[in-house]
Amino acid sequence: MSLHPDKLPLLHGLVDGELDAANTIAIEAHLKTCPDCRAELEQIQAVRDLIAAAPLREHAPESLHKRIALMIDAEAGPVPRAHAASRPAPMPGRLAWAGGGVAAHVLSGRWLSGAATGLIAASLALAVVVPQMTHTDMEDQLVQSHVRSLLVGHLVDIPTSNRHVVKPWFNGKVDFAPPVPELADQGFPLVGGRLDYIDDHEVAAIVYRRHLHVINLFVRPAHTLSLPGEVATRHEGYSLVRWTAGGLEYWAVSDVEMGDLKLFRQAYLARAQ
Amino acid sequence: MRGRGPFWPRLAASADRRTEEARERHDKAEAFRRAMMPHMDAAYNLARYLSRDPSAADDIVQDAYLRAYRSFDTWRGEAAKPWLLTIVRNCFLNSVGGSADRMSGRPVHEITGELPDALIESRNPESLLADQGEAAMLRATIEQIPEPFRETLILRELEELSYKEIAAIAQVPIGTIMSRLARARQMLADLLLPYASRKARS
Repeated sequence: MSLHPDKLPLLHGLVDGELDAANTIAIEAHLKTCPDCRAELEQIQAVRDLIAAAPLREHAPESLHKRIALMIDAEAGPVPRAHAASRPAPMPGRLAWAGGGVAAHVLSGRWLSGAATGLIAASLALAVVVPQMTHTDMEDQLVQSHVRSLLVGHLVDIPTSNRHVVKPWFNGKVDFAPPVPELADQGFPLVGGRLDYIDDHEVAAIVYRRHLHVINLFVRPAHTLSLPGEVATRHEGYSLVRWTAGGLEYWAVSDVEMGDLKLFRQAYLARAQ
Repeated sequence: MRGRGPFWPRLAASADRRTEEARERHDKAEAFRRAMMPHMDAAYNLARYLSRDPSAADDIVQDAYLRAYRSFDTWRGEAAKPWLLTIVRNCFLNSVGGSADRMSGRPVHEITGELPDALIESRNPESLLADQGEAAMLRATIEQIPEPFRETLILRELEELSYKEIAAIAQVPIGTIMSRLARARQMLADLLLPYASRKARS
């Protein structure tokens, strides 16, 4: 221990380069005359050298990098479209729902009745963009919505395991009526319901659980030309299963195994009739 | 969606607004990534030494990034690393049940600088070295240093923050940081230097 405890902070300040000029000159002058403080300084330096020589800094694991990047993506929401500034109509979304059916939109009557000719021109221009609106883009948004629902403590707007409460809750919030079957006896207890946005459109999200895992079931009206095909895929480590039934399109998203999610689809379809 | 024709102009306007919001969110996310993602190692390093538990450190850092993102509006362009590490430290305190008391330290150490006897006997550097090798031994020795001296040491020696930045993170005066750092280094010296000088002699 130094015989000059009052000088200790100055010694540390010196090795850390934290002293102003006056204090630096003062402590250096003192060191010339005080062997105790010189010994103390050497000891401080020896400890610092030991620490500096060893690789002591911990590095964030790659998995953590990925998780946080995905989390920020989810918080940030969907990426705005490049062409959105000039004409941010919700056409890209419509196109995505249609699975690429541009003609369907132009002929759907909605465009012809309500939209100005400029919009039609814009939608034709968008035809070039259509190939980008792939399933992957869709899956990105679904996974982000799923992750976001887990993160923000906003899994459900209406938290109840009673399907007779969840189903009417969607009335007046979305203009379709998604079936909300009770599946607890199948191992998928109902958690509640939530409104969510996919492609700038409101969709119903029905939340179930499988053990400790959350299953988000996103439901929206199936476009007349949307593909009836069933999809089962993995994206960013999440399982996604898609199907259509009764004029509605369903996307189930979860981190459960694909087998469990297919089981969920089976159970849901059997009860949803 | 059918039958909403008359409302189309309103829907288009709301889509405009939503796109505008999406753009703002996107810009915010970009600014956040640029400013904060480079400091993930520092965040993890601090969380790791505070919690002494790799999986807890994972959770702390993820929690910290989420909070940092949500309060990113309060970031005024000051040094990003200390700003982020303040949040990491708070997340750690929350994770262990909350109060800053844990970091206020035991006065007995601050006054006497004595190490707990059990520490010296059970986890001395040489038994650690025999177990794990030099870097791991140093790491474990640092982990044995009690708070609040450990966090001060980490922020100074590994993260190379200034006294002023460390004082802001720990919310104590700079003088307190200087005395904590002196105590931390003294503890390390007591633990390590006998071993180091023996090694040098042998």
